[in-house]
This record gives sequence, structure tokens and C-alpha cells, in this order.
Amino acid sequence: MGSDLFEISVNLIKMIIIFVMMVQLVPLLVWVERRGSAFIQNRLGPNRIGPLGLTQLLADAVKFIFKEEFIPEKTKKFIFYAAPVVSLIPAALAFGAIPLSMPINIEAFTMFGESYGPYRFAFQSFELGIGIVFVLGISSLGPYAMLMAGWASNNKYSLLGALRACAQSISYELALGLSIVGVLLLYGTFDFSEMIAAQQGPLNFMWFGKEVTLGFLPNWGIFYQPLGAIIFLTAVFAETNRTPFDLPEAEAELVAGYHTEYSGLKMNMFYIGEYGHMMAASALMAVFYFGGYDIPFVTAEDVNAGVTWFGQAIDPLLTTVASWAPFVGDSLAEALGFSANKAAIGTAFVFHIAMFAKILFFLWVFVWVRWTIPRFRYDQLMDLGWKTMLPWALFNTIITAIVIFIMRTNWS
Amino acid sequence: MNSLAPIIALTIFVVLFGTALLFLVSLVGPKPKNSDAKNSTYECGIDVQTTGHSKISVRYYLTAILFILFDIEIIFMYPWAIAYGDFIKEGQGLYMLGAMGVFLLIFIIGLVWEIKSKALEWD
Repeated sequence: MGSDLFEISVNLIKMIIIFVMMVQLVPLLVWVERRGSAFIQNRLGPNRIGPLGLTQLLADAVKFIFKEEFIPEKTKKFIFYAAPVVSLIPAALAFGAIPLSMPINIEAFTMFGESYGPYRFAFQSFELGIGIVFVLGISSLGPYAMLMAGWASNNKYSLLGALRACAQSISYELALGLSIVGVLLLYGTFDFSEMIAAQQGPLNFMWFGKEVTLGFLPNWGIFYQPLGAIIFLTAVFAETNRTPFDLPEAEAELVAGYHTEYSGLKMNMFYIGEYGHMMAASALMAVFYFGGYDIPFVTAEDVNAGVTWFGQAIDPLLTTVASWAPFVGDSLAEALGFSANKAAIGTAFVFHIAMFAKILFFLWVFVWVRWTIPRFRYDQLMDLGWKTMLPWALFNTIITAIVIFIMRTNWS
Repeated sequence: MNSLAPIIALTIFVVLFGTALLFLVSLVGPKPKNSDAKNSTYECGIDVQTTGHSKISVRYYLTAILFILFDIEIIFMYPWAIAYGDFIKEGQGLYMLGAMGVFLLIFIIGLVWEIKSKALEWD
């Protein structure tokens, strides 16, 4: 029972940590967006508060909390308040289903006189065998929050923005869903962890039934699915309502789109939802096409050996310092001492940094594109989604299926 | 149930988090001083001309219907894509390719018909 409780509590804490990590990244991303836009447009951007304007985000958060609570007349109050909360759910659930690092295998150990069995903690809020289908299904719940906000605001700009957002999201979801079929054909699994495991090592593929290895390239999906990756990235921009597809918020036409009537922290919650969606999309991009938490040319054993070496090097120092502390010195030294379990955690941490570097790179791509490419017109947007992206995604699926059939069949 | 429990737990946590934020603001923020102009729906400064629940273009409805049709067809491809590699290993690859080819042909005919019938024109 005690061990079950331990496992459940660790999983709950992990879940909350991943959610808080997502929420905490949002102000940082707003800062990156503002500084990045300034950098691209040759301006300064926020630079007054703190070094490089970094504490600007703290000031913003405080300002949002102390804003007046206000809703306009003739709104549908319950839906109006529920919409920002609902907008958080898909982002949090989708981000939680993606593995951010390799699973940690904890060997059996004793703590406070009780022994705890071996555990396996996945570095994600929940492990699902059908991860991809779950993430697609959950992230397509995003338009509900926008529709709720647009309808409840009783404002024509909000309603138009919500309808545009919804129509655009569902149109590009077709291309998004089809571009993933290529990835599924390649790896034959719905599970993110298996997909990442298949992308480790050097580039390795079947050439007319024979195995070929190219040692100088990592075994990443981008080399098999370049067209699929481009379609996926473009569709994701439309799904998250980012420029060049930010028609729902086209300020020249619709004031601010579906959150016109929202102010203060309520509006900020829509931002958390949008940036959370972007983070989930970046993580998916990394998992599908860039090897997830894989570091090219470095295996888990290498990282584990490096972490072990580092841990053993600083182990005497730590225990010496800890043993100087009065009363708790010996037990503290024991707790700080290096063990195989700590090596496993350190290895997972190193891979977590690799995954986050990839996620942050794609988040920067979102900012980069936003300040580089102008906005589409609405009919151009829908034409691009239905008449260009969908046929190309179909083409990608057919070509992938045929090539996989020719290459993997044993012709001899 | 075992795999569903963490999803429900996270959903409850997120809803509590969002609700707490909403209540926090109404607790610490200044009390609103209302006036007719402030309470009215935002319409770029002029008096409110139309209600927010006016008629909307039928195009959105059409797009949604078409989306449902095509999305279901795409979801049908997922199990096929998963099983495809195993069928190739067993030497059944050509059969699976042909079966999905027929399905995709219907898909493509539907898409072409939809574009030709101008269901996707926005004016």
C-alpha cells in the first residue's frame, strides 16, 4: 500500500510540475516574442525593467492580477467565464501526453525504514498507447473555447472571429491529420516513446529489401518525410491561429477576434491556452520529425556513463560539505551520496534538456514566421487549406505508402 | 480506468487552476464603477448597432459538414497505416496497397467533386 501511495503521489507531482512548467513558459515566450519582434524589426523592445527587460513579464503578471474584474452587459455570464478555463484544458492535456525525456527506471530502495519496489516513471503526465490519436483528438477541442467566447460575448466582432478561428482550425486539421499518416506508415505505432526509440542511431533504412546504414546522419523522421514535415508545420500554424494565419485576430477587421470583450487575467488565460497549444505542437514536431529527446550520435549509455563519472567526481566534495552540517550531517551526506538511481535521473535530465532545446527552437520558428510573413486574405487561407495542402498531403501519403511497399518487400 | 484516471485528474486540476485565477482577480482587483457607455458592447466607439447573435454565413456550416466527412475518412486511414508494415512482412503488401488505393480514389473523387461544385468558394 505504501509503495502504491508513493507511486501515485510521484505521478501526481510530476503531472502538476509539467503543467506548471507549461504555464511558466508562457510569460517567457511573451518576452521572447516581444524581444524577437523588436530584434527582427530593428527596434529595442521591452528593455526597461530588469536585465534585457526580463522582469517585464513579472510586472505584466502582477498588472494582470490587479486589473478590474469587468464583464460587459448582455453577455452569457456562465459561458463567458467558462471559456478561458476551457481554453486551458486541451493545451494542458495535449502537452501532458508527450514524453519530454526517456523513462526513468528506479531500482528498489529503502526510505524511512520501508522498502519501495522498482519503478518506471515516464517523463510525461500520462502514458497512453494511443498517444497520437489522443493528442489529435484533444487538440481539436480547442475551437470549443473560441466558439464559447465568441458566442457568449454578444459582440459581432467576437462572433466573427470565433467562427473564422473554428472554420480555419477544422480546415487545416484535415491536412494535419493526413500528414501524420505518413509518419504512422513509417513507424507503425501510435506510441510516442516507440516512435522516438525508432529514431535513435544512425540513418538506417531498407533499400529494396536490404538494410542500408548511413552513419553520418541521425535516423530522424525529417529525412524520410520532408514534405510531410512541411505540411505538418504549416497546418500547425493555422491550428494555433498564428500569423500568417491569424485571421481570427485580424486587428484591422475584427478588433481582437474572439477575445475582444475579455480583459485582464481572463484574456491572459486565452494566451496561456494559445502558447500551450504552440508548445504541444512544437513538441509534436520534435517527436515526429526530429527524434524527440534523441541526441544525435549519443546513446543513452554514453550519457549515463558521463553522468556517473560526473557524479562520482563531485561525490566526495558533496558528502564532505554535508557532513559538516550539525545534527543532520550524516543522514544528509547519505542522502546526497551518489547512486545508480541518481545516475538514471541525471540521464533523463540531460535528455530532457535536448528535448527542450528542440521545443524552444520551434517556438522561436513560430515567432520568427510571425514577424516575417504578412497575413493571408480569408479566401486565400481557405483555398490554401483545402485546395493545396490537402492534395499535397494526400500525395505524400500515397507516395510514402508506395515507396515503403517497394523498399520493404523482400524481392529476392 | 487505470489509464483514464490521470487524464481526469489533470483535467480537474486545470479547471481548478483556471477557476482559482478567475476568483483571485475578483478578490484583489478594484471594484468596477459602471456606466452605460462602459457596460455596452464594444463596437469601435459608436452606439451598438447590431446584436452579437446576428445571422452568419452558411459557408461556415458547409465547411464544418465537409470537414466531418473528410476527417472521418482520414481517421479510417490510421489503423491501415499502423498495420501496413506488418502486412508487408507477411507478403500481403500489394493487397493492402490496392485496398487503400480504392479508398483513396473515392476520397479524391469526393475532393475533386467538392472543388468543382464550388462548395469551397469564398466571396
